[in-house]
Amino acid sequence: MADLNIIQIVLILVVALFAGFESVLDIFQLHQPIITVSLIGAITGNFTEGLILGGSLQLIVLGWMNIGAAQAPDAAIAGVVSAILVLVKGATNSEGIAIAIPLAIAGQVLTIFVRTIAVGLGHYADRQAEDGNIRGVEMANIAGLFLQGLRIAIPAGLVLAVPAETVTNAINLIPDWITGGLAVGGGMIVAVGYAMVINMMASKTTWPFFFIGFALAAVTELNLIAMGIIGLALAFIYVQIAPEFNQGSGGGGGGGSVDDQLDEILEDY
Amino acid sequence: MSEQVEKDRVTISKRDRMNVSWRTTFVQANWNYERMHNVGFAYVLAPIIRKLYKSKEDRSDALQRHLEFVNTHPYLHAPIFGVVMALEEEKANGAEIDDMAIQGVKIGMMGPLAGVGDPIFWGTLRPVIGAFAASLALTGSFLGPLLFFLLWNLVRIAFMWYTQELGYRSGSEITKELGGGILQKLTTGASILGMFVMGVLVPRWTEMNFPVVISEIQNDADTIVDFEGLTEMANNNVVTVEKLQEVATDIMGGANLTNTTVQTLGDILDSLLPGLMPLILTVAAMYLMKNKNVSPITLILGIFVLGIVMYALGIMA
Repeated sequence: MADLNIIQIVLILVVALFAGFESVLDIFQLHQPIITVSLIGAITGNFTEGLILGGSLQLIVLGWMNIGAAQAPDAAIAGVVSAILVLVKGATNSEGIAIAIPLAIAGQVLTIFVRTIAVGLGHYADRQAEDGNIRGVEMANIAGLFLQGLRIAIPAGLVLAVPAETVTNAINLIPDWITGGLAVGGGMIVAVGYAMVINMMASKTTWPFFFIGFALAAVTELNLIAMGIIGLALAFIYVQIAPEFNQGSGGGGGGGSVDDQLDEILEDY
Repeated sequence: MSEQVEKDRVTISKRDRMNVSWRTTFVQANWNYERMHNVGFAYVLAPIIRKLYKSKEDRSDALQRHLEFVNTHPYLHAPIFGVVMALEEEKANGAEIDDMAIQGVKIGMMGPLAGVGDPIFWGTLRPVIGAFAASLALTGSFLGPLLFFLLWNLVRIAFMWYTQELGYRSGSEITKELGGGILQKLTTGASILGMFVMGVLVPRWTEMNFPVVISEIQNDADTIVDFEGLTEMANNNVVTVEKLQEVATDIMGGANLTNTTVQTLGDILDSLLPGLMPLILTVAAMYLMKNKNVSPITLILGIFVLGIVMYALGIMA
């Protein structure tokens, strides 16, 4: 891996800063590994490697989500730091993925730290509000945002500063049973994300559709686009014919859908 | 009299509402453990407060009532901001709306709305678009990240703008409108699609390989492709068309290529049902998180320990 020039370093840090912003905002999804890792790949000139690493990490974090006050592991730091290790420092893809997960967990500690500091900013905003100072309240919010940005940018800068040899030497020191074991664990880790999603949506209504999907995927070669079309079609069919959406007017056969109402209106004319 | 009121009336323009919609981007910026999105909430409404209230006291009151606890799905803040803008506009123009009423509307809306946003956006849209985009990226196509970004934000921006406008127009009546109608259909439909796609992803993308050899069977001499005979003929320079046809036919017919057939644990599991082990793992993870309150972090660490043990024992690779 070639040495980076100053512009590349600045661009990587900007990506890290925005990943930090977005890991709390969750708006544009710029913190998702498929975005951050692909961008760092483009910056360092390893475009294809970046896409593949980004895609692999995206699969792992697929179901990670922040709900209410409960936090998932930190996908932002995992993507940014493992991208630097693989695309800048020359670690292999599977090493990068294996390191990403412990990083995501460690990153949570930083998140908790920043969200605690943010309580103080909240109290600062209270005092500004008492004075009717709108500007001051706005500043408190922006300060909170930058703390979150630095939460990713600073660790990224530290990893960038470490010489590549040190990183590869450190990785080479890890015994085979750990790297091999982490690779095996990495293959299974996606199940946790899937389980989080399923736990949220599982109900008597939705379970059958899970098993239709499972059976189709296990025994057919249909690709994801075909699967997506089938899933969408099933969802549309269910919503149209499910009794809970068809109560009210209409005699036999559960009428009262929008179409029926439209028909009635048209018949009036 | 009403004419006089109309003239002095401060109103929120479409431009103001677009500004609020953009600023909703930052509603979670100062996420804190005490009152969660409160600073962000006041930040988003800042231009409205500036426009509606001119005195220091009024501004101070408005800021303080929006620095109270608030937390919902970030995109579902949009309809709440719509309603709150409508209420603040009335209040600034002299209507009797006390702070508790505005607070009540916020609290009343945020719980149910979070319950709508989580399955639609985190449960369905992100995994589905993410899986689709990742499969493109894995082939080295830049369309992966590009489509992920565009599709996501198109849907999100449209959703946030439309629901905010709906909230602004219908005021506090909105919960009724959203509750019974289209959002519920959307939630159910999204959950079905999400569950279906999860069913697809569990066997496809969970990697569990069991190369440990369970049995080695000596193959019947008749069922083995006659490579030995062919080699002998080749060495003696007497290869015949018939012999080559025979060998090719055997291979295409699925005859054994070697003297022994190795059966691994993975082969046996696949013959039962491909994807069975990933399914068991997923269900176990669900059970531990839901019924035993195991945190995802603990579970992830546990899976790594399991991976190391299974690898060291030579059962998985």
